Amino acid sequence: MHNKTIKELAQGLRSGDFSSVELTHYFLARIKKYDNLNAFVTVTEERALQAASAADERIAKGEATPLTGIPIAHKDIFCTLGVKTTCGSKMLDNFVAPYNATVVEKLEQAGVVSLGKLNMDEFAMGSSNETSFYGAARNPWDNNAVPGGSSGGSAVAVAAGLAIASTGTDTGGSIRQPAAFCGITGLKPTYGRVSRYGMIAYASSLDQGGPMARSSEDAALLLQAMVGFDPRDSTSVDQPIPDYVAALDLPLAGLKIGLPKECFADGLSANIAKDIAKAIEEYRRLGAEIIDISMPTLKLAIPAYYVIASAECSSNLSRFDGVRFGHRCENPADLTDLYVRSRGEGFGKEVKRRILMGTYALSAGYYDAYYLKAQKVRRLISEDFKTALAEVDVIMSPVTPTNAFGIGAKTSDPLQMYLEDLYTIAINLAGLPAISIPVGISADKPDAKAMPVGLQIIGNYFAEDRLLNIAHQYQQVSDWHTRIPEGY
Amino acid sequence: MEISTEEVKKIAYLARLGIDENDVGSYAKDLSGLLGLVELLQEVETDGVHPMAHPLDQAQRLRPDAVTESNQRDHFQTIAPAVQDGLYLVPKVIE
Repeated sequence: MHNKTIKELAQGLRSGDFSSVELTHYFLARIKKYDNLNAFVTVTEERALQAASAADERIAKGEATPLTGIPIAHKDIFCTLGVKTTCGSKMLDNFVAPYNATVVEKLEQAGVVSLGKLNMDEFAMGSSNETSFYGAARNPWDNNAVPGGSSGGSAVAVAAGLAIASTGTDTGGSIRQPAAFCGITGLKPTYGRVSRYGMIAYASSLDQGGPMARSSEDAALLLQAMVGFDPRDSTSVDQPIPDYVAALDLPLAGLKIGLPKECFADGLSANIAKDIAKAIEEYRRLGAEIIDISMPTLKLAIPAYYVIASAECSSNLSRFDGVRFGHRCENPADLTDLYVRSRGEGFGKEVKRRILMGTYALSAGYYDAYYLKAQKVRRLISEDFKTALAEVDVIMSPVTPTNAFGIGAKTSDPLQMYLEDLYTIAINLAGLPAISIPVGISADKPDAKAMPVGLQIIGNYFAEDRLLNIAHQYQQVSDWHTRIPEGY
Repeated sequence: MEISTEEVKKIAYLARLGIDENDVGSYAKDLSGLLGLVELLQEVETDGVHPMAHPLDQAQRLRPDAVTESNQRDHFQTIAPAVQDGLYLVPKVIE
C-alpha cells in the first residue's frame, strides 16, 4: 500500500478495494513498527480514524476529492486545533494550538486523513533535524545518517512509507534538502503562493510551505489543495491557480535549461556531479536545450541569508515570553527574570545563536552595516535570477554538495552546517519556486553507503505547474522516485 | 570582526534571552565566525541599490475597517501559563 501513488489509492478507495479506515490502520501500524526513525512528535490515532471514517462516508456519497481518505502528516510547525504543536521546541512542548493553519484547514476540507505531527529542527532552524528538542529523526536509507532539515520528519515519513505524503516548510532549503537526502520529491512554491497563516514564523519574508511526496504527480495533487489567496496572510498573493495535474503531461521539447557554472564548482561531491549530469542528459533526450549560464552573486546568498533570517527570527521569536502561551519558568523574581529564564529554558542552542545574531545585526550602530546591506545584496541576487530566467525557462543545480552526513558529524561547527545550504538558500531570497527530485543513489566515498541524490529545478515566479511538469516528465522515464530503502 | 564575551552578554540581555555562563565563550566564537562570513557582503558595491524587504515587492494590502473576528478570549487563555479574571498574570511590575 505504501508504495502506491495517490491516484492508485484514490482509485482503490472508490472501487471499494479497501476503505480509508483500513488504509489508516495500515499506516498507523507502520508508524509503530518504525518508531525508531523518530519521524513523528505526535501521532493522532483517534483523530485519524475519525477522519478516515468520515472520508469513507464522503466517498460512498460520491463527494470525494482526489485526496479524500489519503493518509498524510503535517510538519509540527503547522498549528492544528486541539493537537499539540511543538515546532520541535521545548518552548512549545505544552502548546495545544487553539486554531488551524490555513494549510491544515484546506487539506482537511479536501478530506485527507492526518496521521499526526512530524519531527523537525527547532523552529525550523537547522539542516539535519538534530536541533529538535525531541532528538533527530533518522534517515531510512541509513539509520546513522541525518534525514536533512528542517523538514526532516516530513521527508522520513514519506521515504519510509509511514505516510503517503506530507507537508513541509522551506526558509532556506528545508523542504528541498531533506527531500534530496531521503530520495523523495519536495516542492518549495513561490513566496506567497501557500498561506503562512498558522505556520509558526521563523523568517517571514522567506518562509513558504509546500508538499513533500513520492512523486511529482503526488506533489501536484497535494499542492492543488494547499494553494490559494488567504486574506489572513498579509503576504498571500491573489493569482490565478493553474490545474497542476493537467500540466504534468505537457511535452518538454524546446525547454531551455540553464546550468549555472557556480553550482558545479569545487566542493561538489563527484558522485552528485555525475548523477546530475546523467539527469541533464536525460532532459536533453526529452528535447531540452542545455545552456551554460553564470550567476556571480550566488556566493553572497549564505551571508545575506544569515543576516536577514536571523534578524527576522529575533523579531518573530520575541513573542515567546512566558506570558500568554508556551514555556514559563518557575517562580520568576520579576518581569525581566520571567522573560530571561522562560526564553533561556525554552530555546535550544541553535535558536539562541540565531536570536543573538539577529539581535546584533539589528542593534543600534549595526543596522545599516548588516541588515540594510544584506537587503541590498538580496536585491542583487534576485536581479541575477531575473536576468538568468529571461534567457532560460528553468535553472538546474544540485540540491546539496554532499550526501546525507552522519548524525553528529557537523553539530560541533555551526558554520559547516550553514554551508550545507549553498545551492538552496538563494531561491528563498529571490522568492522563486524550486523542486527537488531524486536522480540517483550513489556513495560519495569508497567505503560509504549509497544514498539518494537530488536535482534542483528552479523556475520563474508562479511557475509551479511548469516545475511539476518537468519533474514528472523525468519521472516517466526514470524510476529513482519509486525506490524504497531496504527493510521498508 | 570579533565579538567579545561581554558583547554576547549584552546582546543576550537586549533579547531578554538567558544563556548558560558556560556557553558564552562558544557563542562569541560562533558569532565571530558568522560575522567573518558576513564580511563578504561589505566587498559588494551596493550604492543606489534599493533594499529588498519582500520577494514580490508588494505593498501591504489594506482591508475594510470592519469587525471580522469574534471574541475568543477564554478559548485562547486555556493555554496561558497563568490567568485570573480574564487577565494574564505576570510578576508585580509596580512597587
